[in-house]
Amino acid sequence: MNALVPLPVLLPLLATGFGLTLGIRFPRGQRIVSVVVLSAVLALSVTLLIAADTGGPLAVHLGDFAPPLGITLVADRLSALMLTVSSAVTLCVLVYSLGQGMADRDDRTPIAVFHPAYLVLVSGVSCIFLAGDLVNLYVGFEIMLVSSFVLLTLGGTASRLRAGSTYVVVSLISSMIFFTAVALTYAAAGTVNFAQLALRLAELPVGVRTLLEAALLTVFAVKAAVFPLAAWLPDSYPTAPAPVTAVFAGLLTKVGVYCMLRTETLLFPGNRLGHLLLAAALASLLVGVLGAVAQTDLKRLLSFVLISHIGYMVFGIGLGTRDGIGGAIVYVVHHITVQTALFLVAGLIERRAGTTELTRVGGLARAAPALAVLFFLPALNLAGIPPMSGFIGKLQLLRAGVATADGWSYTLVAAASLTSLITLYVMAKVWNLAFWRTAPPEEPARGTVLEERDTHDDCGDETGDVHREAGGDRDRDADRDRDRERERERERERERERSRGRPAGQAVTATLFGRTITTTTDRLPATMTWATAALVLLSLAYTVLGDPFTSLTDRAAAELLERSPYIEAVLGR
Amino acid sequence: MTVSLSLLVTAGVLCAVGGVLLLMRALSRILIGAVILGNGINLLMLGAGGAAGLAPLLYPGVELSRVTDPLPQAIALTAIVITLATTAFLLAMAYRSQRVSGSDEVQDDIEDRRVALRAEVQEQRAALRERHGPRGRGPEGDLAEYRSERRRLRAVLREDRALQARARDASGDLWDDILGEDPEDRAAGPSVPPGPGEKGSG
Repeated sequence: MNALVPLPVLLPLLATGFGLTLGIRFPRGQRIVSVVVLSAVLALSVTLLIAADTGGPLAVHLGDFAPPLGITLVADRLSALMLTVSSAVTLCVLVYSLGQGMADRDDRTPIAVFHPAYLVLVSGVSCIFLAGDLVNLYVGFEIMLVSSFVLLTLGGTASRLRAGSTYVVVSLISSMIFFTAVALTYAAAGTVNFAQLALRLAELPVGVRTLLEAALLTVFAVKAAVFPLAAWLPDSYPTAPAPVTAVFAGLLTKVGVYCMLRTETLLFPGNRLGHLLLAAALASLLVGVLGAVAQTDLKRLLSFVLISHIGYMVFGIGLGTRDGIGGAIVYVVHHITVQTALFLVAGLIERRAGTTELTRVGGLARAAPALAVLFFLPALNLAGIPPMSGFIGKLQLLRAGVATADGWSYTLVAAASLTSLITLYVMAKVWNLAFWRTAPPEEPARGTVLEERDTHDDCGDETGDVHREAGGDRDRDADRDRDRERERERERERERERSRGRPAGQAVTATLFGRTITTTTDRLPATMTWATAALVLLSLAYTVLGDPFTSLTDRAAAELLERSPYIEAVLGR
Repeated sequence: MTVSLSLLVTAGVLCAVGGVLLLMRALSRILIGAVILGNGINLLMLGAGGAAGLAPLLYPGVELSRVTDPLPQAIALTAIVITLATTAFLLAMAYRSQRVSGSDEVQDDIEDRRVALRAEVQEQRAALRERHGPRGRGPEGDLAEYRSERRRLRAVLREDRALQARARDASGDLWDDILGEDPEDRAAGPSVPPGPGEKGSG
């Protein structure tokens, strides 16, 4: 069984190479390889989860080098659970992206870059979850980051480069801090292996220990987008393609939370920085959700909600009790699934309505009832409406907060409840604007051409397009409209020509005279809808399997706090 | 365990230099900063291994206590390779950014700018109204001055909208940029007018 542990890291990497050799000549083969490999990783993760749950943590030393030297991979309950959820989510997002025709566009680029980068990302995430030493964790982060750079700046457009440069610089700095922390840890303790560190760090002076803890927590807080270190997230995520944003928002931030859980329980028990974490959680909860209230773009709004809900998990970690850690684990699993599903729905809305700007969409409940259901369920789930997993997670966290019973935890309980209500308000706002109200007058009929620039008529004279001569003069508006109508008709004709033979539901985007023109689609592509539906069903499954699920997370929390199973699995062979 | 002081001082200086460069706005400087900072931290990693000693080779008769700790060296090597990859990516991104937007500066988020600018304009408009009355016909009203102020404010907003429109447009040129320009686009002139940064800043 131990031999299976490295496979979730290895398989996607090997598939990357294999996919590249298939390359552009056999794009279909590349897609099949990706799907098959990610399905295999999912099956492996489930196997590992069952094995780790029944038989204790699985540890493997690659090359059979003894702990301080070799690479150690460990799958305990928490790792295997995270691995299972992450591979389920990445598989769904991959299927979604296949439906989106991102792969189709790949056909025309010199190197089909999406699939390799995506698989490397999956491999990096698996590496982080399984890492048994700090250096391997660092390497996992770097694998994940480099591929996320590629995915975020896919295509290299101006807006993605702008968003990407923020992300790249922030990630770079956090990596530097991480590596410094690794160096300091090694200098202080003489090892980077988690199990050995767990024993040796206890012998260090308190000041040194706190320094190391603070450095590592800073790094993971940047990755997890905890409030004072979260400003990069709403700037960089929304511009990427929908599936990329979904997997980043769902998974990459939770990777930071996972690392916090691991280091706070295994390496630095005793929760000395608990109040600091609670303060950060309080700020994230409130600032994030208030930021979300102010947004009108769905993707940016969801990004702010994401920052806010990271606060819940940090709240659980900051409490440090068994209930708190367990609640944080429930919440991580729930939030990965739900947040990814919501971002995928945002992608579907963009496809159906041409934009995610809430002031410009409307009437979707009638126009696309399936989409409405797909949004409604995860939205309520995120807000924490009772039978769903969001409620289970929040309830456990609030109970843990009340059980701790000091001023900080009561404050956090109040803030968490308030955040939950404001989240409900935000989701209701999105629902009312995008789905429930009648469509705004400019809402296009199916299959019509959307013009991005049309909303800013009065800047026609500034933008240097073909309307330069006609722009800016109110008297000639009618004239200009007629011109534009004719041109639009011609363009529509041309688009129809071009779009013949495309898969159904693929949005058609082209530039003409410096304008971006996107056509809405007749119906949503079935693959994308089903991939999203699968994630929504997964998030509901946490409720249906409520008891086995929460008892599993409780056992995982107990194992984390006990520490000895992990240490014995790694060292005592 | 005694570490060579010069190693640590060099690491500190490199980290300081790299940190300062990282705070710059141009991606090329950030790139250089990242490389220097990376080297500084690698030196720190080497310092973490303790005093210098013999080469870490195992052969009969070697005195194990005098051999340098090999693990930090291995870790530093890994970090060097990672820095190489990141550097390559940053270089490509700086170049691409320079091609697309005319400069390799890290720009502010457009949405943030919009919100900030709107607040600023509203404030100025309110101040103007207070000085001149609702339509410039207040007690100390100089109508011409009032109008020119209003015009200036409108111009600021218009420039901002134009910047937003350009930012949106630029994203549409993705496949043209990779696959060669659309001839129609070329006939209509450049779709990304240069210098949105200096125009929109007022």
